[in-house]
Amino acid sequence: MNDTIARPKQSVRSTSSVGIADCDIHPELKDRYGLHPYLSKRWRGHLDQYGELGFDVFSDNITYNGSTFNALRRDAVPPNGGPPGSDLPFMRKQHLDPNNVVFGVLQPMVALGNGGRNLDLSNALASAINDWQIAQFVEPEDRLRASVVVVPDDVVAAVAEIEKRAFDARFVQVEIFTGTTEPLGHRRYRPILEAAAHHGFPIGMHIGGRVGGRTASGWPSYYCESHIDLTFAAQTQIMSLILDGVFDQLPSLKVIVVECGCAWSIELGHRLDMLWRRMGSEVPALKHPPSHYLRQNIYFSTQPMEEPDPPEELNYLFDKIGWDRLLYASDYPHWDFDDPRYAFKARISEEHKAMLFRENAKKVYRIL
Amino acid sequence: MLHNPTSVIDCDIHPAVPGNDALIPYMDEYWQDQFISRAIGEMDLASYPPSVPLSCRPDWRQDGEKPGVSLDRCREQALDKFNCEIAICNPLYGGQVAASGLMGAEVCTATNKWLAREWLDAEPRLRGSIVVGSQLPDRAAEEIHRCASDKRFVQVLLLAGNEMLLGRSHYWPIYEAAQKHGLPVGIHAGTMYRYPTSGGMGWPSTYLQDYASGTHIFAAQLQSLIMEGVFAKFPGLTFVMIEAGISWVPSFIWKSKKDWHGTRGEVPWVKRSPAVEIRDRVRFTIQPFDTSKDPVHVEKLIEHLGSEDMLLFSSDYPHWQFDGDDPMPPGFPARLRHKIAQENPLRTYPRLMETV
Repeated sequence: MNDTIARPKQSVRSTSSVGIADCDIHPELKDRYGLHPYLSKRWRGHLDQYGELGFDVFSDNITYNGSTFNALRRDAVPPNGGPPGSDLPFMRKQHLDPNNVVFGVLQPMVALGNGGRNLDLSNALASAINDWQIAQFVEPEDRLRASVVVVPDDVVAAVAEIEKRAFDARFVQVEIFTGTTEPLGHRRYRPILEAAAHHGFPIGMHIGGRVGGRTASGWPSYYCESHIDLTFAAQTQIMSLILDGVFDQLPSLKVIVVECGCAWSIELGHRLDMLWRRMGSEVPALKHPPSHYLRQNIYFSTQPMEEPDPPEELNYLFDKIGWDRLLYASDYPHWDFDDPRYAFKARISEEHKAMLFRENAKKVYRIL
Repeated sequence: MLHNPTSVIDCDIHPAVPGNDALIPYMDEYWQDQFISRAIGEMDLASYPPSVPLSCRPDWRQDGEKPGVSLDRCREQALDKFNCEIAICNPLYGGQVAASGLMGAEVCTATNKWLAREWLDAEPRLRGSIVVGSQLPDRAAEEIHRCASDKRFVQVLLLAGNEMLLGRSHYWPIYEAAQKHGLPVGIHAGTMYRYPTSGGMGWPSTYLQDYASGTHIFAAQLQSLIMEGVFAKFPGLTFVMIEAGISWVPSFIWKSKKDWHGTRGEVPWVKRSPAVEIRDRVRFTIQPFDTSKDPVHVEKLIEHLGSEDMLLFSSDYPHWQFDGDDPMPPGFPARLRHKIAQENPLRTYPRLMETV
């Protein structure tokens, strides 16, 4: 088996004149005071003294540091200063224009994902992030759309935040990170999922959040471990959403699994079906075999692109997952960015490219 | 080669420890007194409650009897039925999960003595795994040295879910002892339940999800063993993932390899690609065969594994992973049956050749 780094053999030429949808773009704050204009004086002062109070081992740094600052592309530092992703004109110049992105979904990973331990502070930050996305990115750039950031641990506030944004078409999804306090299918979270389904928002379930790199056998040592361990959280969420009956109750709910891979989902479906045949008696309310819901309610963003060995096997994997389930994402400006021209290291038909790069996103995000 | 070309080596069967009473005679005086005077309760694993459907196939279940306690039934339902020339016993009992490392070590030692006396002595087709606790790695190493002189013990057995990830140097005395005696380290499904099966986000609602999540522990352990440098540190060691499922492995290999390409500067001691390391040094038992029954898909899975040397035949008796008389999964290619039933196990477990 090939042990060298695969170089792209061909350009997929996704960037046709009709443009592409990118369902994972990360806007960043210009500096640590970037949210201050959207926070009250009370919370600005609180942050200065106590910080965000999260779950990491450092007071002001993530536990697992990647190979670059905040896992960002070094070449994406804007010429006018600030971190990658913080400068809209440079984002246009480096990504939106050359890659012909006509529709981009912002997935803010500023502050603490699903919120920290102080829920009042977390709610204030979530609302501030939502205002900030609109003011700094969506208002000046109509190719971009915002995500409704919520704090799942405060169900009442989360539902209120969804309702506050529900009739603003600049928001296209509710963002919940994979790492919640409990698996998302648990009762406590149901009103959030009901509100999202009611207003037609998909859940953008991006990798990250509270879970860090924890495993069921303790904490890993390295980023290269935690980066893989994090993807299991997505599987935990999918299992919980299915087995705890969310999709039976809310058949219209769509969940987009972002940046967690997708090849594993084929076999997760088989494994769950196998166990369901043995122990369906534990979940008698489930109306269908578990894999049914994977094909019905779950979507996957493509980045970081699976690199099967040999690369042509990508078509087999996507056939099995379902081409209608897959949404192209770049993850700009993170280190593991997928360039739309080179990310897919297999020959893909024009019809399938259209689905990956545009048509599926139009349907999932209800773009007319 | 085995005596009979059509016989199989079953790399995962589960004789059950009937209960503490069966082990107490094999304990030292102090622990005998402790177990009796404290009336310590049974120590079946939370990962395998005897009553859940998965713990025993319905037609193998006997009313009022814990699955796996009867050697006669094991002969009739498994060894004879599957045409086993050899079967490797992996007893799952509480020593490996006990909160007290000292108690855990004593229960593991008693389990090994019990297995040798009550099962291996009584049935020549059987081989054993040396059950060790991870709580006290030095005690585990002592137990490996003690059992290794009995050639019927063919591997060291750990549970998948521990207090720390298994690549940590805390556990290296176990690997050093195993390597010294040429024993592979088997990692069996199941956990100490120190953490939720979901990782860092609380407890799932169902046993079904707990069991399904076992693959995440295995994947995290493989990633840990590779990235902490265990494969480089112990070049003679093989790891066997037992009852881990198989279908998750190809996509894990691809992802681990891709991540290593991007982040290897963090772990400069990992010189070989995870894909190469896994295909070379890691083996998987075939039950549960957690994929499609479609033979085309099964071929794809094997192609995606990237090596035909990695799979070891197993029944997982008496766990309920298949129906009928043949543990060979439906759709499994005929050309590989002999290979996984004999060649691969004989290569993985060098001691099997010595004792055939």
